[in-house]
Amino acid sequence: MSETILETKNLTYQYGIGTPFEKTAVEDVSISIEKGEFLGVIGHTGSGKSTLIQMLNGLIRPTSGQVLLDGQDIWAEPKKIRAVRFRVGMVFQYPEYQLFEETVLKDIVFGPKNMGLSDEEALARAKEAAAFTGLKEELWEKSPFELSGGEKRRAAIAGVIAMDPDVLILDEPTAGLDPRGRDVLLAQITQYHKKRQNTVMLVSHSMEDIGRTADRLLVMNQSRCAMLAPTKEVFSQSAKLEQMGLRVPQITKIVQELGALGCPVDPSTLTVDDALKQLLPYLKQKLPRKEAGSDAV
Amino acid sequence: MLSDITLGQFFPRKSVMHRADPRLKICLTVFAIVLIFAAGNFVSLALAVAYIGLGMALSKIPLKMYMKSLKPILFLVVFTAVLNVFYGTGEPLWQWGFLKVTKNGLLNCAFVSIRIIVLILASSVLTFTTSPTQLTDALERLLRPLSKLHVPVHEFAMMMTIALRFVPLLLEETEKIMSAQKARGADMESGGLIQRIKALIPVLIPLFVSAFRRAYDLATAMESRCYHGGEGRTKMKVLRFGGGDWLIAGSAVLALAAFIVLNVVFPPAIVR
Ligand SMILES: Nc1ncnc2c1ncn2[C@@H]1O[C@H](COP(=O)(O)OP(=O)(O)OP(=O)(O)O)[C@@H](O)[C@H]1O
Ligand SMILES: [Mg+2]
Repeated sequence: MSETILETKNLTYQYGIGTPFEKTAVEDVSISIEKGEFLGVIGHTGSGKSTLIQMLNGLIRPTSGQVLLDGQDIWAEPKKIRAVRFRVGMVFQYPEYQLFEETVLKDIVFGPKNMGLSDEEALARAKEAAAFTGLKEELWEKSPFELSGGEKRRAAIAGVIAMDPDVLILDEPTAGLDPRGRDVLLAQITQYHKKRQNTVMLVSHSMEDIGRTADRLLVMNQSRCAMLAPTKEVFSQSAKLEQMGLRVPQITKIVQELGALGCPVDPSTLTVDDALKQLLPYLKQKLPRKEAGSDAV
Repeated sequence: MLSDITLGQFFPRKSVMHRADPRLKICLTVFAIVLIFAAGNFVSLALAVAYIGLGMALSKIPLKMYMKSLKPILFLVVFTAVLNVFYGTGEPLWQWGFLKVTKNGLLNCAFVSIRIIVLILASSVLTFTTSPTQLTDALERLLRPLSKLHVPVHEFAMMMTIALRFVPLLLEETEKIMSAQKARGADMESGGLIQRIKALIPVLIPLFVSAFRRAYDLATAMESRCYHGGEGRTKMKVLRFGGGDWLIAGSAVLALAAFIVLNVVFPPAIVR
């Protein structure tokens, strides 16, 4: 599990070099991403998350520093950058604006076809990806512009998953979806990750989503990498996170405050389920006769 | 990158040129362009160049930006320069077959190149220091007499404002969509002409869809704020011709006087 797949060395990116709007968006970031891990990326607005991940699949070329995929500098041969983009798949923020084909399935096939797969193989992959993201079969032959926002989002994500990348990067895939839609999409992404055993990088502003899914967390702050550690470790430092305009998941905060009151719970609990498992026995033991106060949690 | 084009861009600063009334700036730009084309000899051309140079200096925008604005028309300058070099009359300084270079041709070439370059610089001073809103506001005001002839001046100005506002947005959107399609392996950099045109489809369709969506949203937003055209509409920022503006206008009159004198006293430079 601890084999490195993607690595960055002193990665720096500046927008608008030589204009009055020059801006360093990513500065001196050196991280390594392990094969098969689920890495969460958090950081407040404008901290450079989107810029960083666009460099990981060669969409923008670093101002200085290197991106290594399996130990190879991806820009060693600029002509072969497309091969990198097939291995490192990227789902943009609001990906529904990239749909263009006549039917949903044709749109999903676009990526696999660009890889040079045969028509049948590309179609098979597209169907598999569409099923993975939970797109109902009756939508497959519809025009993508007739779908609802959430369905469009799924179609667009399927378009990237169909390329079966070794690393899948998702930039805020749940932004603007309803709570149920968020949960379902997130569950599908986790399921996909488990099944394919590939590497997933998820950028999100929702600490709850990140806390539920990620093995490790990359915290970006003012263009730099502030932390890269297991999720629990990062969320146990709530004071430091709050300084960066971030916070820990609500449930972690509650658990931490209960802990301060002398309740024996793990202060780095990340999900409501986990918290329940610890709190229920404790409450039953504390309030033996009355109805256990489980509703309160 | 698409965003590297500075021609027609606005750079917010605090300078004399930024503060000047946009109507005056439009008139001065037209005035400067007329001077450049009316200049008959190098001395009067130098005066026109100096006048525009003064405007550039007062704008507090680095020279580098002005140089960048010249990039898109560099080809045009070189093209006309080359044509002019070989079209001079008189004693040839250098000859090769039917191509000959004369002193006359060289002078013409220099004269014409300077004209084109300064023409672009003059309009850059205007667009660099005037926001698109100010620009259309001023145009609307300057063209208002035409509305007596039933020309829909306000509507044209509004259309221009909207178009100008949408240019950077659409550029940004194009870049985003291009990135998204590149991430799906779209190849936009290689292949023949047909292949390249085909490669544009995945960019153009989403772009049109989003442009229509934006247009629709904008129309709804304007209607829900009861926009009904120019009649009886007042401005939040009323253009005012201040003391500084009179000073600038005065300088233009002086420049014009000096220009006429120089143009008459010295012999014409362009000889065919
Ligand atoms: N195309 C661009 N041109 C110039 N500056 C840009 C561009 N894109 C981003 N920036 C700047 O770079 C910085 C980092 O932007 P980036 O999009 O990477 O942030 P982010 O962490 O993804 O933010 P968010 O959470 O809001 O998506 C910001 O300050 C932004 O203003
Ligand atoms: Mg972003």
